[in-house]
Amino acid sequence: MSVVTRTRLASAPSRPRITVNTRRQWITGFLFLSPWIFGFFAFQLLPILFTVFLSFTDYKATSEFMPGNFNYVGWENYRYLLIDPQALPSMGVTLKFALIGIPLGLVVPLLLAVLVNDRRLVGSSFFRTLFYLPTVIPIVAGAIIFNGVMNAQSGWLNLVLKALGIADPPRWFTDPTWAGFALNLLAIWAVGNAMVILLAGLQSVPTELYEAATMDGAGPVTRFFYITLPMISPVIFYNLTIGVILAFQYFVPALLIGSANGDPQKSLLFFPMVFYREAFVLSQMGYASVLAMVIFVITMVATGLLFYFGQRLVYYASGDAS
Amino acid sequence: MTTTPLPGGSPAKPVNRNLLYYARIALTRIGVNGLGLLMLAVFLLPLGYVFATSFKLDSQMTTQGAPLWPAAPSTYNYQGKDYPLYIVPGAGGSTQRLALVNPYRENSDMVDPAHPEKGVFNVTGRWRTWQPLYRFAPTLKNFIDAWEEVNFPRLFTNSLLLAGISTIGTLISCILVAYGFTRFKLPGKNILFIFLISTIVLPPQATIIPLYILFSKLHWTGTWLPLLVPAFFANAYDVFLLRQYFMSIPRELDEAAMLDGAGPLSTLILIIIPQAIPAITAVTIFHFFFVWNQYFEPLVYLLGNEKLYPISVGIGAFVTTYATYPGRSAATAVLAMLLPAVMFFLAQRQFMQGIVVTGVEK
Repeated sequence: MSVVTRTRLASAPSRPRITVNTRRQWITGFLFLSPWIFGFFAFQLLPILFTVFLSFTDYKATSEFMPGNFNYVGWENYRYLLIDPQALPSMGVTLKFALIGIPLGLVVPLLLAVLVNDRRLVGSSFFRTLFYLPTVIPIVAGAIIFNGVMNAQSGWLNLVLKALGIADPPRWFTDPTWAGFALNLLAIWAVGNAMVILLAGLQSVPTELYEAATMDGAGPVTRFFYITLPMISPVIFYNLTIGVILAFQYFVPALLIGSANGDPQKSLLFFPMVFYREAFVLSQMGYASVLAMVIFVITMVATGLLFYFGQRLVYYASGDAS
Repeated sequence: MTTTPLPGGSPAKPVNRNLLYYARIALTRIGVNGLGLLMLAVFLLPLGYVFATSFKLDSQMTTQGAPLWPAAPSTYNYQGKDYPLYIVPGAGGSTQRLALVNPYRENSDMVDPAHPEKGVFNVTGRWRTWQPLYRFAPTLKNFIDAWEEVNFPRLFTNSLLLAGISTIGTLISCILVAYGFTRFKLPGKNILFIFLISTIVLPPQATIIPLYILFSKLHWTGTWLPLLVPAFFANAYDVFLLRQYFMSIPRELDEAAMLDGAGPLSTLILIIIPQAIPAITAVTIFHFFFVWNQYFEPLVYLLGNEKLYPISVGIGAFVTTYATYPGRSAATAVLAMLLPAVMFFLAQRQFMQGIVVTGVEK
């Protein structure tokens, strides 16, 4: 690519007529791109650099942002991160949510997709629509619904569990041990996007592969692990990446159900919620910027690692690994 | 499949083997459909719960032995007065439906609705241990209460306006940018595209503090501008979806239009857009839903200016009032999810196609 560009640029002066045309093409093209280029600088790149800058200041949102209203404090905010009584435990809450939620977010939609893709299932498009339905329900409505259906006394979930013989089902959102897992269940409820993507992946596996494997005596389990899984591994990888990124940003349902305190007993105090509190409840923009940097760096490192290992583990049928 | 060796099946009895074979097919069919129905029941349990609760009186939630569906105690009118009906156990395990006229501790005066001519008679047994008889009685009280407590017309209008304007901005900007990425040879275009794609993983927390400071400097906080203006500057997700679709449109048509003297903009409007309606529909639906569900950004930028709240922020408080008013909270949730659910049922094909484009072709 770079070679091509260089030759074109080098040869440009000798062919002035093409240059005029090419330049016009460039100008028009960049005009079309300009909304995004402007937006990228104004709403993404410069703000990130500014967050880095703010993380070295003690700026508070109680006063207007201007020189004199904040001081340069060096690594002070980063040092406080290590002794902050909220930050480290809240990272534990986020990690626990991620460690349970990410595998669930891979297995449950795959199970649903395989089920809906099964020819023996009567009315599979009906099933697909209804499995997808929770995904379009607004987050706030979802929080209300789960706060109710997982209510310890009147919620239907515990009624079902009692009917199944569990005498003392968990008290979910009022029990610090179970509150986080209850949110995992709320998250897995809205699994429609992953299911639909996996379903399309399953349908794109060539049937000849299955026929050949069956001829060779492979049973359904063997076919699933040796044909289906490798063939849909790019899709699984996509779901994994999205799942990891979203897990480290997750906090809105926790805020709705457990308030900004992360009740009960800080068991729902997710790391991004500490960020939200520092920035928009306590107005500590300087320290909050450090917390934002942590989320940003974790996301970047996780995505980088996933892509690094993904290139080795994922099978791309076309041979093109991009 | 017929060659599958079966344990115990002797080759001398082919009929037997066929029977087993068909039995196995039938069993797996039942298994697959049974599993499907079970999973569906699990997924729809929360929805069933919220619908049932929204039509129930709160008093029913705390009553022992009350049914799960919206119900009220059945009564029988005897000589001008209503008496509650009970299922009274009789001799030998049989039961009778009787109306309770005068409750006492160890016995009660009852009347039989099937034979009112017999008059009031006394039945031995503690009436508190009897199962009351319920009838299906949904109430709209919760919806009326919710409607009076929250200004739903205003919340709906706000959400519709926000989502509508933001979607228009997204469509205009993303179509222009996607066209720029597909139909022009530009220096550094591939690098720009990698930058674009990498912004998909950008956590909102990394940018929101400087944006908040910027928007306060502009005196935009407390208004809709911080929520609307960025939408007019394209976003990676929708540009990517449109670009994938534009690339599949053959270039011959726009080249022909160019030869006829059409400029790039008229080529986009006259040739590309009419062919890209499915992708444009998908972007419209996705972005509309995205804004409809947005909670964090409106909460931060609107600064408690309740008149401008969208429905998501406006009903946020109902999550925690659940404990005191379950019915009203449930009714609010039902009202908030009604429009997205109806839209989804009407446009589910475009919906699923759009997801597939962004997820699989990446």
